[in-house]
Amino acid sequence: MRDTPLSNCERDFLLKAIEEKKRLDGRQTYDYRNIKITFGTDYGCCFVDLGKTRVMAQVSCELVTPKESRPNEGIMFFNLELSPMASPAFELGRSSELLVKLNRQLERCLRNSKCIDTESLCVVSGEKVWQIRVDVHMLNHDGNLMDATSIAAIAALSHFKRPDVGIQGDEVTVYSPEERDPIALSVYHMPICVSFSFFQQGTYLLVDPCEREERVMDGLLMIAMNKHREICSIQSSGGIMLLKEQASKHPVTGAILPSRHWP
Amino acid sequence: MAGLELLSDQGYRLDGRKAPELRKVQARMGVFAQADGSAYIEQGNTKALAVVYGPHEMRGSRSRTLHDRAVINCQYSMATFSTAERKRRPHGDRKSTEMSLHLKQTFEAAVMTQLYPRSQIDIYVKVLQADGGNYSVCVNAATLAVIDAGIPMRDYVCACTVGFVDETPLADLCFAEESGGGSSLALALLPRGGQIALLQMDARLHQDHLETLMEAAMTACKGVSKVLDEVVRQHLQEVSVLTGE
Repeated sequence: MRDTPLSNCERDFLLKAIEEKKRLDGRQTYDYRNIKITFGTDYGCCFVDLGKTRVMAQVSCELVTPKESRPNEGIMFFNLELSPMASPAFELGRSSELLVKLNRQLERCLRNSKCIDTESLCVVSGEKVWQIRVDVHMLNHDGNLMDATSIAAIAALSHFKRPDVGIQGDEVTVYSPEERDPIALSVYHMPICVSFSFFQQGTYLLVDPCEREERVMDGLLMIAMNKHREICSIQSSGGIMLLKEQASKHPVTGAILPSRHWP
Repeated sequence: MAGLELLSDQGYRLDGRKAPELRKVQARMGVFAQADGSAYIEQGNTKALAVVYGPHEMRGSRSRTLHDRAVINCQYSMATFSTAERKRRPHGDRKSTEMSLHLKQTFEAAVMTQLYPRSQIDIYVKVLQADGGNYSVCVNAATLAVIDAGIPMRDYVCACTVGFVDETPLADLCFAEESGGGSSLALALLPRGGQIALLQMDARLHQDHLETLMEAAMTACKGVSKVLDEVVRQHLQEVSVLTGE
């Protein structure tokens, strides 16, 4: 089902309000919505509420053969699902542009920045390694899915514990949680994505756009940072043209705020 | 890669370049007679071919027609022989789709689409040999192809990938430098106004270094724009000689 198009008067109202530095829910320019993180009963299950946007992440693992180019490193696999319960515009089973964008951004943010020690996931070099699979489901779409997804994924990865393995010669035994305590993954750092939306050809900037604001925005800039003030990934999207100052100064100062909240 | 020095003590990189030097750029426009616009570019060992069809009537889903602008449709693919190991799936996988989306985004910002409402412009780019900076070379090739097709653009779109090793920004990365593990920033720039059409960065980089890296990227892009400008002017001269003007 196609999403209902935004009416012109709603669009004008939103843009006018942004020009006067007012947002629909009364936030300031750099304000984030309330973030609530709940963990499920299983290790690696995490729910994140970013205002009304709700996202669920589940981490699981299994033993597989490693890639030929990297025989002693574990594999991280990300799978995102935009379920129709999140928004009437999403259709189950169809891979859309948004899905590819979110998936790739999550992969770049978490895999390329090496936040998890993949070498510790190796059991038998060249034969058996752990494949960590992160499944993220969008439950409600009220804007800014990327931030919620990144928070959910990294929280779930930190919460997850994998089963212990014992190696005797050639035999590999996987112990169940009752036999031996499961081991947590070694997380080096926690990158968090922060999204900035641009309006009126880059004149106005808002952090954490809600769904309505996302519809009228010109472009989006996603920056992933960790609390050591390292930038893990930057991605600009949408046809917006930025000037260098807009791209570097404002977002970086704004991105420090949420990443500091993270313990 | 352990043991491989990306930047030697004397300031030389793996292929003998200095840190801010670009690779040798050779380009040709009007490679295919059948297409509306085409271009071939070689940047060091990375080779890419771009073909443009359009503006023409919307094909495929009529519902995606925009009443006030043209739709830009990009497809990025890599030849199976382009990488060291033969690629099984040259297009349709996630990385290619992401690259196609980025190319589309870049050119939607640069091409004056309001001049062609209800039509479609197709840009197809193929990487024939991938030796680092794939996205940047594709953007440069596509710019030349769009100019060859006679589609008006706001400015040249020049792209360059820069990396950061030992506190020094390296311009125009090759494959070994890209996979060396350091950070890499891809930037697509419209040089005259200094406007950034696309900014993408992977891997960890401390916040303080971002300014330097972006400066280096912008300088490199301006260097690329000079080369592309030369290529376009030379092509125009050749064509006007042939048509006897």
